[in-house]
Amino acid sequence: MKVYFDHNATTPLHPEVKKEMIAAMEMFGNPSSMHAYGREARANVEDARRKVADFIGAQENEIIFVGSGSEANNTVLSLFVCSSSQCIPGTRRSTIITTKIEHPCVLETSECLAHQGARVKYLNVDRYGKIDLDQLVGMLGDDVGLVSVMMANNEIGTLQDIEAITRMVHECGAFMHTDAVQAVGKVPVDVRKLGVDFLTISAHKIYGPKGVGALFVKHGTPYCPLIRGGHQERGRRAGTENTLGILGMGKAAEMRMIEMPEEEERLLLLKRVLQKGIEESIDDIAINGHPTDALASTLNVSFTGVEGEAILLYLDLEGIAVSTGSACASGSLDPSHVLLATGVDAELAHGSIRFSMGRESSMQEVEYLLNVLPPIIQRIRNMSTAYIKGGLHAASR
Amino acid sequence: MLQAGEWAYSETLKEHFMNPKNILQGENTDDFDGVGMEGNLQCGDQMMVVIKVDKEKETITDCQWKTYGCASAIASTSVLSEMVKGRTLDDAFHISPKEVALELGGLPDHKIHCSVLGDKALRAAINNYYTRNGQEDKVKQEQAKVICQCMNITDHDIEDAVLEGARTYFELQEHTKCGTVCGQCKDETEVLLEKYKHIHFGA
Repeated sequence: MKVYFDHNATTPLHPEVKKEMIAAMEMFGNPSSMHAYGREARANVEDARRKVADFIGAQENEIIFVGSGSEANNTVLSLFVCSSSQCIPGTRRSTIITTKIEHPCVLETSECLAHQGARVKYLNVDRYGKIDLDQLVGMLGDDVGLVSVMMANNEIGTLQDIEAITRMVHECGAFMHTDAVQAVGKVPVDVRKLGVDFLTISAHKIYGPKGVGALFVKHGTPYCPLIRGGHQERGRRAGTENTLGILGMGKAAEMRMIEMPEEEERLLLLKRVLQKGIEESIDDIAINGHPTDALASTLNVSFTGVEGEAILLYLDLEGIAVSTGSACASGSLDPSHVLLATGVDAELAHGSIRFSMGRESSMQEVEYLLNVLPPIIQRIRNMSTAYIKGGLHAASR
Repeated sequence: MLQAGEWAYSETLKEHFMNPKNILQGENTDDFDGVGMEGNLQCGDQMMVVIKVDKEKETITDCQWKTYGCASAIASTSVLSEMVKGRTLDDAFHISPKEVALELGGLPDHKIHCSVLGDKALRAAINNYYTRNGQEDKVKQEQAKVICQCMNITDHDIEDAVLEGARTYFELQEHTKCGTVCGQCKDETEVLLEKYKHIHFGA
């Protein structure tokens, strides 16, 4: 049996999206061209823009298509250190506030901007991954140009109260950005209700194609392109449009709008069964993330005395795809920065596994996983030093 | 279109991960003549190696282990336990991480540090055997002292890095990658950094 429980990493194309994209393969015109080929491409790009805008309650001219969620996040952050008078605060409001649990594309861009003279402050999170609102109040001031807080965390699924945060941010005169890559398509997202100035979406997290994302920029918000030199996207993102990708993203948004409302309850049930099953069949585990304010599809579990990459690869041998916060699997040497920020001990961060389900996930798959997982954990623990006399963990037990 | 590629690991490594050899069953190490343990759980790797020794010939007759770690850590301890059987203590003492990696059919660069603990745990087990058998004179200290357990960086490496131009902790990390995992060695490393700067450059 093949089980794909890694939807937070990426999702398979929705069959309807695939169908539309295949049908559109012949479309090659440049949307900037005035002839029939160009007009065909233009019509489809604008149709997709309307669908994406509808999905998040925006106006069409507030949507900029970009190459990825990472590009959208880079674009927004970079607006705030540019010294050009065209760009948002110039150097007058050069402080950026973000959180310790953002995606690396926000954290690394922030670090880079700090080297260029920006002040960057990082909000702490509690043990469930919720940001500290009191700390935010303390940080907000005249110097703050931008606050960037992700709506749903990719690793633990914890949701932030973006609406409340945005109100606080606007009161101090700063702009608000949310990286909603993991939230859009899983929970209702309405940019007017949230009140945000910038919002990031990625197509491949909502059953659309890779290599395309969208940035919402609220009407009237100062803006400067990250990629310059073309009039595409009304001068806001140069480069000939990824027409096929954009078309796919539009269809993906349309399908999410139809399917999402009835999905959450079903996913929540799967998650409950999965969590309960793990809790009942495996000792010494810890559930990471918020018990209620979290994505219905995401369950993050730490297994004591077991390293995550070993679990991931043994599950892979059984046809099950998951991901881990262990250092070893990431290519870096540190375990998950998100789990460490929530106060999870490094050993438990190394032993964390993220199960992220999606629109096709079934109870049958959850049951298969629950059959396969306990013997794997047992097997790894049997060869682990963590449970022997003299093992550091054993000593503390 | 290509199908799913192979793992980042060699076939030999995969085989040792899927079917690890010589895992120590249970906790009891009483039947063994030497026990060694290295690494820590915070770092993400910990290995224990236990050996049985033919006292006449001073050869290793059995080697078992436990490992907390990733696939390459598990496989490297497994392959090491096969490599040492029949070897003399002296011979086994000098097995290097390179030999272990070679036996595994190579390791990805960022996984080298996962395999360096097995041979260290083995040396600890051999020294433990000598100590238990009243042969303290044979106990061989590691000539260099490991400062950063995670990346296996010794005081010699730190000295070399200083000689090559590292003057700050950050530059030292760029040179050696020391302290880039759990960071527990930072204080000790900084003391050594100042020491070598003083010795070599009078700083």
